[in-house]
Amino acid sequence: MSVDVLIAGGGNAALCAAICAARAGAHVRVVEAAPKAMRGGNTRHTRNCRVAHDAGNGILTGPYPVDEYMDDLLRVTDGNTDPELARLTLERSAEIWDFLEAQGVRFQPSLGGTLSLGRTNAFFLGGGRSMLNALCRMAEDLGVDLRYGTRVTGIEIEDGFFLSATTEAGWEGHAPVRERVPARAFVAASGGFEANIDWLREGWGDAAANFRIRGTPYNTGGVLRTMLDAGADRVGTVDQCHAVAVDGRAPQFDGGIVTRLDCVPFGIVVNRDGTRFHDEGEEFWPKRYAIWGRLVAAQPDQVGHVVIDAKPADLFMPSVFPPEVADTIEGLARKIGLDPAALRATVDAFNAACLPGRFDHTIHDDCRTEGLSPPKTHWARPITDPPFRAYTLRPGITFTYMGLRVNRDARVLFGGAPSPNIFAAGEIMAGNVLGQGYLAGIGMTIGTVFGRIAGTQAAGALRNARDGVAS
Amino acid sequence: MTDTPDLAALATASRAEVARQMQICNACRYCEGLCAVFPAMELRRDHAGGTADYLANLCHNCGACHYDCQYAPPHPFAVNVPAAMADLREESYARFAWPSGPAMLFRRNGAVVAVLVSVAVAAFLFALAGRGEGGAAGDFYAVMPHGAMVAVFLPVFAFALLAIAMGVRRFWRAAGPLPITLGDLRAAMGDAILLRNLSGGGMGCMTAGERPDPWRRRFHHWTFWGFALCFASTASGTVLHYFADWPAPYPWYAPPKILGVPGGLLLTAGAAGLIAQRARRDPALRMASDARMGAAFTWTLLLLGVTGLALYWLRATPVMGPLLAVHLGTVFAFFLTMPYGKFVHGIYRTAALVRHAHEQRQSRVPEAEAPVETPGRAVNPGAGPARP
Repeated sequence: MSVDVLIAGGGNAALCAAICAARAGAHVRVVEAAPKAMRGGNTRHTRNCRVAHDAGNGILTGPYPVDEYMDDLLRVTDGNTDPELARLTLERSAEIWDFLEAQGVRFQPSLGGTLSLGRTNAFFLGGGRSMLNALCRMAEDLGVDLRYGTRVTGIEIEDGFFLSATTEAGWEGHAPVRERVPARAFVAASGGFEANIDWLREGWGDAAANFRIRGTPYNTGGVLRTMLDAGADRVGTVDQCHAVAVDGRAPQFDGGIVTRLDCVPFGIVVNRDGTRFHDEGEEFWPKRYAIWGRLVAAQPDQVGHVVIDAKPADLFMPSVFPPEVADTIEGLARKIGLDPAALRATVDAFNAACLPGRFDHTIHDDCRTEGLSPPKTHWARPITDPPFRAYTLRPGITFTYMGLRVNRDARVLFGGAPSPNIFAAGEIMAGNVLGQGYLAGIGMTIGTVFGRIAGTQAAGALRNARDGVAS
Repeated sequence: MTDTPDLAALATASRAEVARQMQICNACRYCEGLCAVFPAMELRRDHAGGTADYLANLCHNCGACHYDCQYAPPHPFAVNVPAAMADLREESYARFAWPSGPAMLFRRNGAVVAVLVSVAVAAFLFALAGRGEGGAAGDFYAVMPHGAMVAVFLPVFAFALLAIAMGVRRFWRAAGPLPITLGDLRAAMGDAILLRNLSGGGMGCMTAGERPDPWRRRFHHWTFWGFALCFASTASGTVLHYFADWPAPYPWYAPPKILGVPGGLLLTAGAAGLIAQRARRDPALRMASDARMGAAFTWTLLLLGVTGLALYWLRATPVMGPLLAVHLGTVFAFFLTMPYGKFVHGIYRTAALVRHAHEQRQSRVPEAEAPVETPGRAVNPGAGPARP
């Protein structure tokens, strides 16, 4: 059977594109590089999607207007976004709930530990893999040809016009099967390049070797590289990504959500030399977790250590790995490979700078330091009660932002001109909206909105119809 | 493996695996909305020992969390909650059983139950051979007098109830003492009767793969209600016999028949359905143990339903005598093995639901919550999420 629309990738954006193209009558083939058990790119590690809405609905606890969403986005990106595409994304995010529900995705109230997102973010019942399973079932029911363990090794493009792709089935095995797949439209929804350490080096140098990749090892950027080589326009810079501080003992790939550490606001964070480097009490953790990846990446050896005492031990989400524990600060320093005297000096200086106050981790309390640089502006309590605990931090990359420049129809631009039949959705084009920074749940928003646009437009391109509607 | 399993070592291994996985799940919590296990898990930081037993018996084995899990194999974290829970659950039945001796009954449960059913049926066939021929059509008491039935079945049934009660007491204490209130009981009964936790959070069970499927829950409902109706039928017969001076045989409109016939039909269809479902079960969700405890239980229930229905339809034919012997033999073996097989899953699970209801009423999740994001001002959400 001939392929109308070929889609590279197997995550949320790819499946949304496949479903919309299939619903518009196209024969769709999806090639996913990962085996079935690991399908879905980073979608399998997600849990929610940030959606604009006029009113709460029993699960979402209140309204989240597009304008407020836009203010949030401008704040986290520092204005580093394409305003037209950003507004389009946020406006169309209002359709996501109903669209996903119609595909069999179910929602639930925000999870324990994430109540702060209960108004703005729609949480998937069972998490992102459950959501992805629903999309896959729907795609199968619509006759989409889903091929796992199949990667794209080459793309034939003439003047921005897609002719064919070369795919390799069973590429991780002993007998890969190559196939030239001509198609009338192509959707690149194959993720970022965060699992490609060599590519990360271009932006980060040797520090990249110390990064943990929170998501799939299959996002190596092959399709992105091929498209850029074929003359597609680039968006974003090579070092921009969604990075958080994760547990230093996390596996190199696929650690996912469990490797996060929520203890930073409750203690101090020191680097390899036992020195503090940023205000740990600047803001509530959900609002600050996304900056700590870059902070730790900037430290020597890309490592940080959170030090807390016994007081807040149970106040944050449990960690997947137990902390190092010791009865003295010096003993703790030895356990985590720091100079005991240096850590002792840092802790003493911090303790001496803590002003008396009423500790309350649910508000911006008045426990702060004075005369300390950097300061700790909230939740600062002397670290005095043994046993002392330490968690090691490493930069954890979620996904990269540099990708393909698109227009509002999700068409990839070649020298500023939109391609007639090449589209992009998801992480591979997220940099159009996210120039820097991150807003929890917006990755899935971009993937769903542009996946739908790409699938609809790709099906429309078959008939040269405008807006994906058959004429 | 020896024939005398080291229960203590087994317990440690199964509990340690559940505790290991719960440590990962508690840092993730994506499955929070699927069933009672995850909210119960979130109230604790340590899931060892009796807590693991409790969580394992709270798990209804719907399978949803396995298909939704980002850490399922081939991920190196190798999380498979339904399988780990099932292994510990079956092993816990043996540990809580009273008296403590018959662990072997659990290790080889399928074989033990099959042998006992066969022996009991043979014994009844032998004892009742040739009785009741030429008697009144459909008069079971001509084959086995009512007094003899009571003398044989009452002691074994009473002992089964006592043994089960002692087992539940052990189970309850293992997870720590807790008062039981009427409200907790009501909530747990609602959960148990509706099988709320066998629905994958509303999407359905996962039986043969990643497509949710309502049938396992339906078959379970049929089996449970069929069994309950059959039991009510027997009980109503007892009441009529002793208190209404109305001995068997009963006309079609009498309570034993009105309850028993639909009960038998439901029990037969439900048990057959569950057996078929088990054959289709994804190998990933099958337990490591080869005790065949579940199979022994559903096949026994199917045999009970089929022989009961056959008796109803063939009670006026010459095969009634042997058929009654087969049915009574099955019932006898069923009573005898009730405390030492899959039957107790419903009892322990209901007890776990009672504990869960109590905890959810009492507890708050300990972790800090950031305030809900509102433009321009922070809201204090309190110490933790309130749960529905």
